[in-house]
Amino acid sequence: MSNIPADLKYLSSHEWVRVEADGSLTVGISDHAQAALGDLVFVETPDVGRQLTAGEAFAVVESVKAASDVYSPVSGEVLAVNEALGATPELINQAPYSDGWLMKIRPSNQSELAKLLDVTAYQAVVDAAH
Amino acid sequence: MGLRTPLYDTHVAAGARMVDFGGWDMPVNYGSQIDEHHAVRRDAGMFDVSHMCVLDLTGIRVREFLRFLLANDVAKLKTAGKALYSCMLNEQGGVIDDLIVYFMNDTWFRMVVNAGTRDKDIAWIKKQAAAFSVEVKVRDDLAMIAVQGPNARGKAVSVLGEATQAALQLKIFSGGEFGGYFIARTGYTGEDGFEVMLPKDDAALTWRAFHTAGIAQCGLGARDTLRLEAGMNLYGNDMDEAQSPLESGLTWTIAFEPSDRNFIGRSALEAQQTAGVPRKMVGLLLEDRGVLRSHQPVIVDGHPNGEITSGTFSPTLERSIALARVPVAAQTQVKVDIRGKHLSARIVPYPFVRNGKACIEL
Repeated sequence: MSNIPADLKYLSSHEWVRVEADGSLTVGISDHAQAALGDLVFVETPDVGRQLTAGEAFAVVESVKAASDVYSPVSGEVLAVNEALGATPELINQAPYSDGWLMKIRPSNQSELAKLLDVTAYQAVVDAAH
Repeated sequence: MGLRTPLYDTHVAAGARMVDFGGWDMPVNYGSQIDEHHAVRRDAGMFDVSHMCVLDLTGIRVREFLRFLLANDVAKLKTAGKALYSCMLNEQGGVIDDLIVYFMNDTWFRMVVNAGTRDKDIAWIKKQAAAFSVEVKVRDDLAMIAVQGPNARGKAVSVLGEATQAALQLKIFSGGEFGGYFIARTGYTGEDGFEVMLPKDDAALTWRAFHTAGIAQCGLGARDTLRLEAGMNLYGNDMDEAQSPLESGLTWTIAFEPSDRNFIGRSALEAQQTAGVPRKMVGLLLEDRGVLRSHQPVIVDGHPNGEITSGTFSPTLERSIALARVPVAAQTQVKVDIRGKHLSARIVPYPFVRNGKACIEL
């Protein structure tokens, strides 16, 4: 079964979001998503400083099997991207919630955070996919 | 729910990720797809290919019939058990399917066709066979397991009992029946190995015995990266009824000689040759970072007039490779449109990998 940490927020499109102490958000793809994609071999990350809107595709993760868009949970500015994924995209398979993070973003509209799913709601999304 | 092979429960119990493949619920991977790929290149792996359709064709005129039905010439098959790869064409020269045919004896040939084309293949073959009084029997009583890799034959024979010695003596691209099992030294990976056709009821036990003998369970995901590295076409991706084999890298499988052999599609192919074949199949190696995928446009001399038919990340080369249909004039360098970015790719001869070794310079 896939691992769904209780302290994170989620999107129904299988991204996870962690609210950091400084108010920025760290974003990645869930354990369920990495398992469904299989071995990741290429990640296209956004430029730092890019302005995103909620629901906009900001990255592409490619496994041996398929390419998949990754969507931004909120509107805001990209603060950082995980440079290590360039050489080692498999970090997403190995540690989707830590070393496999994709980007950090500074949200411009706090009300968007309320729309994210909690662990129970996301678990229901994963269960429905089976 | 899709169709299930006799090994369905075995795959589920092994934790395989099951996906729909041409109407069948098939394992795409058990664990890491890349590990499964390497198992076949470096040691031994096995695939459930029971979804493929085995047909037995029998009759006094069966050879004459197949010389008419197929674009390759079964007259090349002189020794019992010998196999031939061929396209089956329609009158327009389009590819109905690609297949393997085995010469069993003078009144019996065995054919293996793709799962996704099964119904139309059977209908077409039966329609053509009537005039030759050839009987077509669908062997749904058989399962098929492919064991592939440099150590596959050695590991597999430990399970095959009395067939061991005979199986080890099989020449490349030949098969034989051994006590109810049909074993052929064929495959779809670019490695040595066997394809074993066996009674359905024996499939699960044999699969487990192969696994115990050290043969890794591999899914259709690895099968696809292995066949593409080996430069082997996939029906539906690299050719179909709308495409000529002459534009699909399959000219080598068309037996134009002897010139007096009439086969379905011959006149259409000859007309294409006379008019000039405008496109060709090439191998591509991506020089920039990214992954080539089917349907990406290939830009030749500034024009997007080519297309990738199969693309993937190559686990052996650790680069992205593809087959692409491009204008015949295309040479050495092209661009590929990946999500609006034009990335550089080099035209390379294929296969990309055979018998565990890279065949191209990176």
